[in-house]
Amino acid sequence: MNKTDESLPLHLSPIFQRPQRMKAIGLPLVVFICFLATWWFACKFNIFPSYAMPSPMDVLKSFKEEIVAGRLVNDIVASLWRVFIGFFISAALAIPAGLWLGQHAASRQAFLPLLNFFRFLSPLAWIPFAILWFHIGDKPAVFLIFMSAFFPLALAVMSAVATIPTIYFRVAYDYNYKGFELLTKVTFPAVLPQIITSLRVVYGIAWVVIVAAEMVGCQDGLGYGIWEARNGLRLDSAVCYMVIIGLLGMGIDRLLVQLTKLPNVRWGYER
Amino acid sequence: MKDNQLTSGLSLQNVSHAYGEVKVLQNLNLTVKPGEFVVLVGPSGCGKTTLLNLLSGYLQPQSGSVHREGIIRTVYQQDGLFPWLTVTENISMGLRLADKSRHKNELRELIELIHLQGFENHYPHQLSGGMRQRVELARVIAGDSDILLMDEPFSALDYQTRLRMRLELVRLLQKRPRTVVFVTHDIEEAVQLADRVLVLADRPSYISRELQITSPRPRNTTDDTAVEATKAILHEFGLEVTDNDKNKL
Repeated sequence: MNKTDESLPLHLSPIFQRPQRMKAIGLPLVVFICFLATWWFACKFNIFPSYAMPSPMDVLKSFKEEIVAGRLVNDIVASLWRVFIGFFISAALAIPAGLWLGQHAASRQAFLPLLNFFRFLSPLAWIPFAILWFHIGDKPAVFLIFMSAFFPLALAVMSAVATIPTIYFRVAYDYNYKGFELLTKVTFPAVLPQIITSLRVVYGIAWVVIVAAEMVGCQDGLGYGIWEARNGLRLDSAVCYMVIIGLLGMGIDRLLVQLTKLPNVRWGYER
Repeated sequence: MKDNQLTSGLSLQNVSHAYGEVKVLQNLNLTVKPGEFVVLVGPSGCGKTTLLNLLSGYLQPQSGSVHREGIIRTVYQQDGLFPWLTVTENISMGLRLADKSRHKNELRELIELIHLQGFENHYPHQLSGGMRQRVELARVIAGDSDILLMDEPFSALDYQTRLRMRLELVRLLQKRPRTVVFVTHDIEEAVQLADRVLVLADRPSYISRELQITSPRPRNTTDDTAVEATKAILHEFGLEVTDNDKNKL
């Protein structure tokens, strides 16, 4: 009777889970080792001069240095904080804006060209304004993150609302959902799975932009770290920062994936 | 629980409706008596769904008038449940306007009525098609609804489940009488459920035949009255095999 068990695809049924898990860890590990080997060989045969291509060993050494100096942790905290604030502000504004635009055809028509225009402006184009308006410190970086995240998120939420099956609105009509209640009890939950997916995508953009954003007007942060390493021609240190950026990006994405496990959004991923 | 069914009323007068150039309904008249089970049968695309949308008030007729009294709810072919709500939460949508103190008992009663104990906290996508339609039925009869509109509610189910759901519906309506307007293309379904069958002719739709089936429910499709009605409907659709046809072969 319990359909959840029957409907489990074959490769997820318990008997298959153990080899599945070994594959999930083993295969990426093989690829990773191959990647390291290629890198190591590239250094060994001096494809690029050694100052332009640090070897895995150099990077490992500089990791040790950075951790001992304590700078790395400080930079990580600074970057995470800026991305979090910028991302949070843009989500808090873009989600309601997207819901509103999705429900009102006239306002959608009015605002869509402008939103699209700003979406295609690289956030890097805003750098001079960011510095002139917000000077130095966290603010210009947060502003750039906001500019990179707000427009794609608002547009994604808007188009998600536009694709809600009309049957939900007919049912809502039958049961007297109107106005604000319609928005919070029908429209919002109907697009929540898509909002979560968009948040993941947009977070990816924000995390990419932080590196560039911190190259100006900041005295710390992962982006600043790379900038400084470049200035000192310490590419081993730059790679070390790149590794951290990649790993943190993956880690936070794993956290956002947890949102897709909420019981009231599972339907959006299982159909 | 609704005791008084006399307040419900539903009628169409000279209703016409068109989508652009395509006339869907023309001069349709229909009065549904309180407590009556009316089935509209017709080929697909003949405007049945438009008719239900007019009855529910979701659409306004282009000409003519619709009179409705009482709380009207619709059961759709499929996926009318909100997928982000559990079985219990979906059913309690039907109790939104009812007295809060009765909620708990009423919910338990409804879940027992549709035999879904143990599935209270499941989400629609975790249920089979038949179970989902049973939740739909519980949701529309919950609280103080008066009139149920059903838009081919069982047509997305497999054949046997469909047969079972008909009996289920009859049973639910015996416990909780409602006025029903049921739309289907399934002749068997019509004759097994209806007090009155209205045969719709193709676009623009009009009622080409009206049949009363007086024998009490539950009834079989093989009961005499049902067989009679089936013959009449088949004849109306031009699908009846006459003795003449048989002799030809």
